[in-house]
Amino acid sequence: MRSLAGVAAFAVATALVPAFVTSGAVLNAVILTLYAVLLGQAWNVLGGYGGQFSFGHAVFFGTGGYVMAVLQIRYGLSAWLAMPAAIGAGAAVGALVGALTFRYGLRGSYFALVTLAFAEVFRILANTFAFTGAGVGLMLPLADTPAQLQFGSRAGYLYLILGFVLAGFAVHLWLGHSRFGARLTAVRDNEASASALGVNVFRVKLGAIMISGALMAAGGVFYIQYLHYLDPAIAYGPAVSVEALLVPIVGGMGTLFGPLLGAVALHALSEGTRNLFGDAPGISLALYGVVLIVMVRYMPRGLIGLFARRGR
Amino acid sequence: MLVARALSIRFGGVAALQQVSLAVEARRIVGLIGPNGAGKTTLFALLSGFLRPESGSIAFRSRDIAGMPPHAICRLGMTRTFQIVQPFAGQTVRDNIAIGAHLHHRRRTAALHAAEEVATRLGLAADLDQLAANLTIAGRKRLELARALATQPQLLLLDEVLAGLNPQEIADMIPIVRAIRADGVTIVMIEHVMQAVMSLADDVHVLANGRMIASGPPAAIAEDPAVIEAYLGRGTADKLRLAAGLAHG
Repeated sequence: MRSLAGVAAFAVATALVPAFVTSGAVLNAVILTLYAVLLGQAWNVLGGYGGQFSFGHAVFFGTGGYVMAVLQIRYGLSAWLAMPAAIGAGAAVGALVGALTFRYGLRGSYFALVTLAFAEVFRILANTFAFTGAGVGLMLPLADTPAQLQFGSRAGYLYLILGFVLAGFAVHLWLGHSRFGARLTAVRDNEASASALGVNVFRVKLGAIMISGALMAAGGVFYIQYLHYLDPAIAYGPAVSVEALLVPIVGGMGTLFGPLLGAVALHALSEGTRNLFGDAPGISLALYGVVLIVMVRYMPRGLIGLFARRGR
Repeated sequence: MLVARALSIRFGGVAALQQVSLAVEARRIVGLIGPNGAGKTTLFALLSGFLRPESGSIAFRSRDIAGMPPHAICRLGMTRTFQIVQPFAGQTVRDNIAIGAHLHHRRRTAALHAAEEVATRLGLAADLDQLAANLTIAGRKRLELARALATQPQLLLLDEVLAGLNPQEIADMIPIVRAIRADGVTIVMIEHVMQAVMSLADDVHVLANGRMIASGPPAAIAEDPAVIEAYLGRGTADKLRLAAGLAHG
């Protein structure tokens, strides 16, 4: 109940932001933070609750973005129809990656490396085929009408990404109160025990990677709708994968509010350093690396560990 | 209820089990004993699906289960515990037991409720909100048993649930095992604590060097020369008999 109230308070507070804030820069910062929350939530389902650390979540993100773009640009599909197809494609790629890795019991760093390889393969494929715009990328024509899931104002995009983030919260709440969620954390904590107690480990992991892939694809959908441009390096490059995993690791893996906390902290940090160092290329990635090392070494439970009561 | 025939498995060049057979009737407590390294835990791993036998057959409730995955065997009604306890350490006792209960309860509330009932039966009610990692050894052994029991098994494979307990804790545990059998659950237990095996088991099977060397009621097993030699070394049975003869003479 308390967690539900927390999510509701977050939803109301965020929905009220456009009523009080008119600055485009501030709204943009809020939108990009929410977008990071969504990526973090996607990774958190598989990595935080399921203990399967992916290093290539871009494979789902990019697939969502490309399916969304290609269906609209090449097939003239309405954005509202393209969106479920794109999210479904993310789940399908999740099923593919999951079937190939979990079937053979890949875990830990092996799983991380294989996911990284999948993202690379997809990046090279997207770079090769004219169908996906190859190296040039795809430009989504401006429509600026909600009928095409585009908005004339930033407030519209804020509500779109807020909707996705709330869907992510719904998934998290469900994980905390369902048999599937209980089984997923059991698999994370001890696979042998879980299977001895009747849990089909393969099926649970497969379900988790499909949900994770679907949420991540929603991130890709938002990206192409908001920024109107996608190329292979953006879609399948490591930057998105790193952001997706860093957010919940900083905030608190396997927790409801970890991705929110992590996204806010990381964005505050990168804004702060931008003021300090200017826009020196690569500085944010270097900074992210340092943050990752510090968090894993000194705060493995993430920022949320600071608030958590002892013994919980 | 459970019939294993001529099971063999080797790890590299080592024949861990050779032609091992075991038959367990319903509602009995069967003890499985033997020196360290005899293959007892390996036999459990074969029966519960964690390892696949190279040859031989396993029938549980008249179904061939050799090669089935562990979760499917658990679903059929055979659940194992682990010698080295394997709790979901970061989760509470209640959540740990609920994983087992979820096998037959889809709803979370129903599983949590069933977990509380099982915990009460095993004297864990006071620890329901404790993290599994914070339990004592005795508590963890009970938790291991509670989780398995929550799957509502017909056959329990208990791997040294008494190991590491002090005499008082063992004395507390024995009636719990009896009560589980009284509820209709068949039990196969690996155990090193001999007085527990002798007082609990209806039948005892002895493994040594990967072979089943003796089977029978506890009293007969305790006097079986092959068993004595397996534990105490070749020739010991003769020496003991000689010593006993001299004492009587």
